[in-house]
Amino acid sequence: MAVVNKKGLLFVLILLAIIFPLIVPNQYYIHILTLAFIWTIAVYGLNLLSGYTGYLSLAHAGFFAIGAYSLGLLTVKVELNYWLAFMLSPIITCIIGVMIGLIALRTKEHFFAIYTLCVGYIIYLIIDKWDSLTGGVRGLIGIPAPADIGFISLSTPLSQYYFVFIILLLVIFTVYRIVHSLTGRSFTAIRNSEPLAQSLGISPMRNKLTSFVLSTFYAGLAGALYASFIRFIGPEIAYTTITFDLLTYMIVGGIGTLSGPLIGTLLIVWLSQNLQFLQDYRMLIFGPLLTLIIIFAPGGISGTFLQWRARRKEKQRINMTTMKKQA
Amino acid sequence: MLKLVNLTVKYGNFEALHRVNLEVDHGEIVVLLGANGAGKSTTFQTISGLNKPVSGHIMLNGQSIAGKSPDKIVKMGIVQCAEDRKLFQQMTVQENLMLGGYVHRGKKSRLRATLQEVFELFPILYEKRSNPAGSLSGGQQQMLAIGRALMAKPEFMLLDEPSIGLAPLIVEQMFKSIQQINQEGTTILLAEQNANAALSIADKGYVYESGKVVVQGSAEELLANEEVRKAYVGA
Repeated sequence: MAVVNKKGLLFVLILLAIIFPLIVPNQYYIHILTLAFIWTIAVYGLNLLSGYTGYLSLAHAGFFAIGAYSLGLLTVKVELNYWLAFMLSPIITCIIGVMIGLIALRTKEHFFAIYTLCVGYIIYLIIDKWDSLTGGVRGLIGIPAPADIGFISLSTPLSQYYFVFIILLLVIFTVYRIVHSLTGRSFTAIRNSEPLAQSLGISPMRNKLTSFVLSTFYAGLAGALYASFIRFIGPEIAYTTITFDLLTYMIVGGIGTLSGPLIGTLLIVWLSQNLQFLQDYRMLIFGPLLTLIIIFAPGGISGTFLQWRARRKEKQRINMTTMKKQA
Repeated sequence: MLKLVNLTVKYGNFEALHRVNLEVDHGEIVVLLGANGAGKSTTFQTISGLNKPVSGHIMLNGQSIAGKSPDKIVKMGIVQCAEDRKLFQQMTVQENLMLGGYVHRGKKSRLRATLQEVFELFPILYEKRSNPAGSLSGGQQQMLAIGRALMAKPEFMLLDEPSIGLAPLIVEQMFKSIQQINQEGTTILLAEQNANAALSIADKGYVYESGKVVVQGSAEELLANEEVRKAYVGA
């Protein structure tokens, strides 16, 4: 029953996303939703590491920017074929991810968060100061939109919306498969207790590094999509505020859940669009909201719902058994 | 098979183990007795690689394993079943078991066969295979912890206080299961407070006191030993 419901819900959501541009033929909304999908991909990456493996990374805007700049530089300066550059960008991000991960993962908990926060800021500084390569504060202009695939053109906002949506579906599917595989379980095992995982023969370093690199892959992929969608990138996409945006999306949606990143990102993006008139005072609403969520519902929207459902099921089970006993 | 030679372990300045010598032969059940804090768990953690010794050797089949990383030691066939039934509470019973077989993840058919064996040994785990581990009773959780350790197909199992917090009847069952596991070819090193029950299935034992082995001998000798009886058997 539950499986059918879940599948049905998924089907409805996908259908809704497909027909959304047809019922709301507003360019602006389509633009915002495409951007939200791109952020969602990055949040899925962050969630794999921070949610499932328990290592809170604050460097993800940096990796996002590395993906974006890889695509930008490869297409603008090297003038590489778009699709080749598109595939190389997440891979470059991964390679840098391996190098940073090997050092960062020697630390734990708060220290890992602090260390990655610094790494993220250093990435921002490098992009900002390395004028000759990245264009510094002026940024990179003239990044091409996704090249046509055969006769399918990807230069209109509508086609880009569907393109990003398909990639998002692929991301969710792969994350689903990873989380439900033995590798994913070993990530969760490490999150629960590293010594316990070790005593079962799980090598923490190897698994943490796998999680870290996978997580940077998604961040890099999102960055590459961002670069070819916005077609202009500046160093501010590596800045700490972006990291904390991603973090907010993840925590509001539900850390360590599959639907959390999607729910959180869409909700917060929609909210901040509707509160546009408040300008930067929006943070006066988001700040307390985030604090309240962390105190009263640390599982976020998705996590709290799952907990509530688990409790209800448990209650039903107990009622059933007592009824059986009475009968 | 497993031999500890002059093993010394420190936590900071505190010496938790002082020159411990211990020997376990293939197919034996050896029990470690001692009060809380005597050094039984430290011995286990050091064998499984979670602690590093300051000096001394740990030999497995003539090969030194001291200082190796825990996952390598599990691959060599030593699996620890930690105290207090440390399980992954939110994961289901079957997921916990499958994680226990992590080192054999390449051999799917063999893992499935081992899973069947564990389910045969503890049928209740099969019944509850899709329940979260946290919802099991104490005894069932201990069975799951032992079953999870068995999934790695260990040659040598370290069992840390499997009877802790269990009802007497369950304890009896637990020891029967341990004996059965041993008869099927797994060598067992067992830490216990319940000396009577433990010595009744053991070949020999070591008595710990503040980080040192103070008495050692066959199970009969220990049961006959006046001081051991007073301290641990309560007769």
